[in-house]
Amino acid sequence: MPGPYSDKVMDHFMNPRNMGEIEDADGVGEVGNPSCGDVMKLYLKIQDDKIVDVKFKTFGCGAAIASSSMTTELIKGKTIDEALKLSNQAVAEALGGLPPAKEHCSVLAEDALKAAIEDYRKKKG
Amino acid sequence: MKRIYFDHSSTTPVDNRVLDAMLPYFVEHFGNPSSILIEEGGRPHKAVEEAREKIARLIGAQMNEIIFTSSATESNNMAIKGLALANKDKGKHILFSDIEHFSIMNQADFMRNLGFEIDFIQVDNYGVVDMDDLAKKVRDDTVLVSVMHANLEIGTIEPIKEIASFLKEREIVFHSDGTGSCGRIPVDVKDLGVDSMTISSHQFYGPKGVAALYLKNGMRLSSIMHGGFQEMGYRAGTENVPGIVGFGEAARFAMEELDERVHRLVTLGKKLWNGMESTIDFLHFTGHPKKRLPGHVSFWIEFVEGESLLLWLNLNSIACASGSACASNMMAADETGLKASHVLTAVGVPPEICHGSITFSLGKDNTPEEVEHVLYVMPGIVKRLRDMSPLYASFRQQEGKRK
Repeated sequence: MPGPYSDKVMDHFMNPRNMGEIEDADGVGEVGNPSCGDVMKLYLKIQDDKIVDVKFKTFGCGAAIASSSMTTELIKGKTIDEALKLSNQAVAEALGGLPPAKEHCSVLAEDALKAAIEDYRKKKG
Repeated sequence: MKRIYFDHSSTTPVDNRVLDAMLPYFVEHFGNPSSILIEEGGRPHKAVEEAREKIARLIGAQMNEIIFTSSATESNNMAIKGLALANKDKGKHILFSDIEHFSIMNQADFMRNLGFEIDFIQVDNYGVVDMDDLAKKVRDDTVLVSVMHANLEIGTIEPIKEIASFLKEREIVFHSDGTGSCGRIPVDVKDLGVDSMTISSHQFYGPKGVAALYLKNGMRLSSIMHGGFQEMGYRAGTENVPGIVGFGEAARFAMEELDERVHRLVTLGKKLWNGMESTIDFLHFTGHPKKRLPGHVSFWIEFVEGESLLLWLNLNSIACASGSACASNMMAADETGLKASHVLTAVGVPPEICHGSITFSLGKDNTPEEVEHVLYVMPGIVKRLRDMSPLYASFRQQEGKRK
């Protein structure tokens, strides 16, 4: 089925990785994009500055769901500093590219990650 | 699996009988209908006139009131620009309904640049034009009003007759975009009282690339396509003969089979509507519950995003449309191309909720089994998407607290 989305995007849309919630998460980030109505929530479990588990929930289009899913894959097992270096371009690239009008969906994923790490740091004090 | 096509609002397949009628006009009868003095031109000329008669008959018009164009968009442009310019000595004020198609809406800036003023008439929550608002917005210098006959996104049929008689008393020209109605429901332009109406071939099993404008005898219209003398001088350009022949045949079949098609579609539409209502919670239908196109079911579902729903239905071999901003112009250069549907915004659906809207538009060849399959598949997809939604999770949490 040829469509505007890459096979990678469709794969992550159909089989999202790490979808769900972490009840005793160490950091939670929720961001929304009013222009698109998307809402993304990211949960992090962190041990010794390392992301040992990550889950997401997303209300949004195919690109938003795929970006969330890919982000969780790319940061799992990374240190916080490594995760903070993840750019939205890297997420989009890992997905085999996003249609131009959908690039903001990968920005949303980056923002959700940053918000979750900020929340972790705040909680940690 | 065989595809289930529930997107007839976007376009319809060409009827095989229509295609058969078109084929001889590509090679065998290729002549130019304007070349009537040579043998090659005679048959195509006759075929174009026969098609004109069939289309006239479908909408209760005279033959010389039908002008062929290349698309509904061209017909709408011809009507708005042509009627406004021809009547500009009478005034410069134009009214569009809030739910017009882009091919009307996006003329506003151009018309303003020509010196016209454009205002918009509100619709109620069902998408029906608000007559009080129309009465409030008309001015002494209003020359033209455009209200579509039926909206393809939400299915609502507008009170065209009522609007026409209101405007007639004030001698205001009335154009109606009949893209959604002609060939789908009975249309009689004389009974409706419109001055012009757009008719689209590919909306009722005719080919794409051809449409028409009904222009009431005696109406003044400035040509916006200049050149030869085709189409009574209103629209220059060599006729799309095979397209016009197909359009005519599609009109003939639509007329002959209209009662049967409407009856079938009303039944299928009701089955789909009732089935969805009983199996999916937090479901909201859009458009008017009764005054609507047959076989047209449009809705939005809380906590479910439209594009994701559309993609999942597509993966399940079901084709439909979404008024979702995210599905609107996704190849646009940037996200400013993503706007919530102006139709849904006009009927009062909050922009962030417009993203969940879906239109199922059924056609003459859909079956009860297909409706049953869609009803079988829908709840699973809805659950899947809700399970992923942080909005639904927090809603359930709050609901839990309340209990």
